[in-house]
Amino acid sequence: MVTFQDLIDADERVEPRDDMPEAYRTTLIRQIAQHAHSEIIGMQPEGSWITRAPSLKRKAILLAKVQDEAGHGLYLYGAAETLGVAREELLDALHDGRQRYSSIFNYPTPTWADMGAIGWLVDGAAIVNQVPLCRCSYGPYARAMVRICKEESFHQRQGYELLHTLAHGTPEQKSMAQDAVDRWWWPSLMMFGPPDTESTHSAQSMAWKIKRHSNDDLRQRFVDMCVPQAEILGLTLPDPDLRWNAGRGHYDFGEIDWGEFKRVLAGDGPMNRERMAHRKSAHDEGAWVREAARAYAARSAR
Amino acid sequence: MIDALEIGDDCLVLSQRLCQWVTRAPTLEEDVALANLALDLLGQARLLLSRAGDEDDLAYLREPAQFRNCLLVEQPNGDFAHTIVRHLLYSDFLFDLYDRHPGDDVAAKGVKEIAYHRDYARLWILRLGLGTDESHRRTTAALEALWPFTGELSQPSPFVLDVLREASLAVPDVAQREGGRRGEHTEHLAPLLAELQVLHRAHPGARW
Amino acid sequence: MRLWEVFVRPRRGLSHVHAGSLHAPDAELALRHARDLFTRRQEGVSIWVVPADQITASSPDDKESFFDPAADKPYRHPTFYELPEGVEHL
Repeated sequence: MVTFQDLIDADERVEPRDDMPEAYRTTLIRQIAQHAHSEIIGMQPEGSWITRAPSLKRKAILLAKVQDEAGHGLYLYGAAETLGVAREELLDALHDGRQRYSSIFNYPTPTWADMGAIGWLVDGAAIVNQVPLCRCSYGPYARAMVRICKEESFHQRQGYELLHTLAHGTPEQKSMAQDAVDRWWWPSLMMFGPPDTESTHSAQSMAWKIKRHSNDDLRQRFVDMCVPQAEILGLTLPDPDLRWNAGRGHYDFGEIDWGEFKRVLAGDGPMNRERMAHRKSAHDEGAWVREAARAYAARSAR
Repeated sequence: MIDALEIGDDCLVLSQRLCQWVTRAPTLEEDVALANLALDLLGQARLLLSRAGDEDDLAYLREPAQFRNCLLVEQPNGDFAHTIVRHLLYSDFLFDLYDRHPGDDVAAKGVKEIAYHRDYARLWILRLGLGTDESHRRTTAALEALWPFTGELSQPSPFVLDVLREASLAVPDVAQREGGRRGEHTEHLAPLLAELQVLHRAHPGARW
Repeated sequence: MRLWEVFVRPRRGLSHVHAGSLHAPDAELALRHARDLFTRRQEGVSIWVVPADQITASSPDDKESFFDPAADKPYRHPTFYELPEGVEHL
């Protein structure tokens, strides 16, 4: 009889109906649900700019991108449902605060340049996090991530292109771009989670091959990618300690304000309340539509 | 001939309305669906406006009275029933228009998209009309609010009348309004355009 | 809302392949949601949707009795057979 541990040791995928430790199942549900919620809440900071996009081409791009995020949320809820939990339960847990979403989405998007900074930095950080998840030990999660990573490659590029255009535009556009990068740089570094010394779930998740690399390793990989990209943009990353360390073969960077991370995570970010209120009101206002569709389906089934 | 400015403006304004649904739809699946409708219409708007001039100059630099869209598409989203009724009525008109112009390349591409839109609206009208008392009541209210704006288009086709009958919804008996094609709009267009144009106008001559 | 499994035929000549799942109140909307969700980038030319609770699946507990017995029957594969030198098209 092949056991769960045999599968993990052999680098095989665990599939929905296989025996698995209860803690593996609940860890996955928590992580996949948080990931799905992040896609859905993550539509809001960008969604509010679709109607104000400054050209019709940019409007189409942003609309397609935000639509993808809804799609990615759905792929992930689907993956979570294979673990025996219903999407409704997960949405309830989001709505009453028992489950979280990435705190990056609790920052506001006051200018159009934020669409560029989100694409370049936030989606860039997400991709660095997500690519290893394509090899995650749980089959449905890994498959959802393969699809998501494939689709997301355009998200980061459109953000970079958008910022590049602003950085080479009028002086107002350039300062808008720099301001957005100043505001999003540190929060995007926080997206990789707490330092390895303080990460509570990391060791177990690595042993289960849900996670493949440590938070700090991924963060370093991201910084190393961004520095030359920022140079080509002609924008500055807001960290005076950022410099090449030939000995390590990596960029050194400054201390992250983990106090801010914890405050935002705990619900005290600039936009936490707005994001949840918006999400809940959409859900509540849609109740009569869902009810009508259910009633129609029941009537047709008779 | 399809009037590039009239139909281009219709598609642009209706797409902008649908963009306002993003993150607010009744289900996540519906969020994806409404965004798809918006993307189709935005694509058609860009092709048509480009025939009439520069798409961005036309979209961002005209005043409300210079827009030639019909009054129906500028009506607010209201609840989901309003949005679906508006979509049924407009896609019915546009489908017939495109269908009558097979030699026009935008119509030839657009007719496939709009056939899907019209069918999609039909499915929802049936569910809302026959679903619950509340959905029937809301859909009736939406029909009464939006039917006055059909006079400016061709009259609703037998397709629409059949859908309403099947959904046990009555055709409202209400006075008709028109004026959009002459630039005489309802009060709803100006705020919609203000939002659409605000950033572009704040940076004259900038590239995006 | 009911859970549906979605199968997409990527191109003519290929079989439908499981793409994922979604929620819909009924089959007609399930099909349209599947179109929007799984074929936004021309990934398909045909879609099936099946209510998830209508699928009967083999159990992982039966995996050994179901699938292992096939392992010791190499004579079902052409590589089992030795051919004399020089034989072609066989």
